[in-house]
Amino acid sequence: MDDFFSGFAELFAQYDVLAAFWVNIQLTFWAALLSLVLGTVLALMRISPIASLQWAGTAYVTIFRNTPLTIILTFMYLVVFSQLGITLTDDLNSTFFWFAVIGLSVYHAAFVCEAIRSGVNTVPVGQAEAARAIGLSFLPAARLVILPQAFRGAIAPLGNTLIALLKNSTVAVAASVATETSSLMRTMIEFRPDLMVAIFLLFAVGYVILVIPIGLGTTWLSQRLAVKR
Amino acid sequence: MDQTTSTTGQPAADSTADAPSSDRALGAPLVELKRVNKHFGALHVLQDIDLTVRKGEVLVVIGPSGSGKSTLCRAINRLETIDDGTITVDGKELPEEGKALAQLRAEVGMVFQSFNLFAHKTVLDNVTLGPRKVRGLSKKAAEEQARALLDRVGVGNQAGKMPAQLSGGQQQRVAIARALAMQPKVMLFDEPTSALDPEMINEVLDAMVALARDGMTMIVVTHEMGFARTAADRVVFMADGQIVEEAAPEEFFTAPKSERARDFLSKILTH
Ligand SMILES: Nc1ncnc2c1ncn2[C@@H]1O[C@H](COP(=O)(O)OP(=O)(O)OP(=O)(O)O)[C@@H](O)[C@H]1O
Ligand SMILES: [Mg+2]
Repeated sequence: MDDFFSGFAELFAQYDVLAAFWVNIQLTFWAALLSLVLGTVLALMRISPIASLQWAGTAYVTIFRNTPLTIILTFMYLVVFSQLGITLTDDLNSTFFWFAVIGLSVYHAAFVCEAIRSGVNTVPVGQAEAARAIGLSFLPAARLVILPQAFRGAIAPLGNTLIALLKNSTVAVAASVATETSSLMRTMIEFRPDLMVAIFLLFAVGYVILVIPIGLGTTWLSQRLAVKR
Repeated sequence: MDQTTSTTGQPAADSTADAPSSDRALGAPLVELKRVNKHFGALHVLQDIDLTVRKGEVLVVIGPSGSGKSTLCRAINRLETIDDGTITVDGKELPEEGKALAQLRAEVGMVFQSFNLFAHKTVLDNVTLGPRKVRGLSKKAAEEQARALLDRVGVGNQAGKMPAQLSGGQQQRVAIARALAMQPKVMLFDEPTSALDPEMINEVLDAMVALARDGMTMIVVTHEMGFARTAADRVVFMADGQIVEEAAPEEFFTAPKSERARDFLSKILTH
């Protein structure tokens, strides 16, 4: 048993595990923000009265929800970066980081959109009709009446999307982000195969520790913010 | 109940003495429907509807379930589109979707059967939202107006509450205040009391009677005969998507001309 724990201590001493987790947290944070914005726009398109916008929103969601994330992130690296030569900053590492953020965002935006739409479905039609009846046109009605209630109804599915995003951020390695957890894990296993089980446990537990508060937090929030009807 | 609204107190009372049709001078046509048709699939819900409502007139629409009363009401502020015919409000034909339509809707107040107060906003914010965001009133001016209107319908002391904390009758009166806050030219009511417990019906009808007396043009779908007799200038009877009969309230209730109306009235009277 002592051996087992000293194994952990050794790993922590040898590798900067926390820094790796920090990279995934940052990827998740920025991708969550971007995908929330993009997902909200997509949800607005899908509930808008304009048929072409509805169609475009639906097409986006269908394409990105059904494409493996690895392919999107590899595309960012191999096509957008290598072939087209697009860079976001002078620093290569931060370019890869932001490509990963964009890849994660465009993918998860599809899920955010669907989460928000499920929230919109919790808002009775009468709310939208009352908003229109006082002279609010589509965007103000959505912004002032529909979305504030839809977001409250969508907290739980949004929380699930956030959890998926955090775990999926490990796929960022496909966009060449070499400092995040799954890359570090591979390195550690390569050099310390003797501590393989401890290494696996370390990362598994690390993610559980990050994910549990998100689940608890969203459950608490969705109850606290629930719209009373 | 905190009644500050009604001068009659009891609109359900049979008060032919102050029947409004006699002393109310009706103005120019305000809402005009010409040969309006509407289908829901194969169902012909509105069939060649011709209807004119004059400024200051209170029109009661009555008829069996499914006859198209709600559809008629909703078509007037284009919550429901029509297939053909024209609807004009104050001389302007209903615009297509867009800014002009939103503007028209702001001038047509609507009160729903299920209140539809914005569930995430306080009573006060429900009433100030339209004036601030559509009319561009300052927060202060909008709140002043809102408080006056809430007082007028007798729920001034509920301003800080959320809709779910109010009784149905109070919610419906807030909904009336919310519609009035847009200073509409005409108010549409779609069965405003039919979702209410019996003891709350009068507080809402009182507010509506008071509104009628203040000269508001109103189109009211209701089966409340007391209200129709007290406040209406005219009753329109609908059945199967058609206007079957139009008459002054007293005349309609005491001597309906059509068989359909006689049949319908005998059913609601035996309740
Ligand atoms: N959105 C819709 N889609 C299809 N059919 C509809 C729709 N709305 C109403 N109808 C149908 O149109 C007919 C008229 O409906 P409407 O709601 O106008 O009747 P109503 O006179 O208001 O009845 P009630 O007294 O029950 O409220 C009904 O048969 C109804 O089932
Ligand atoms: Mg109806």
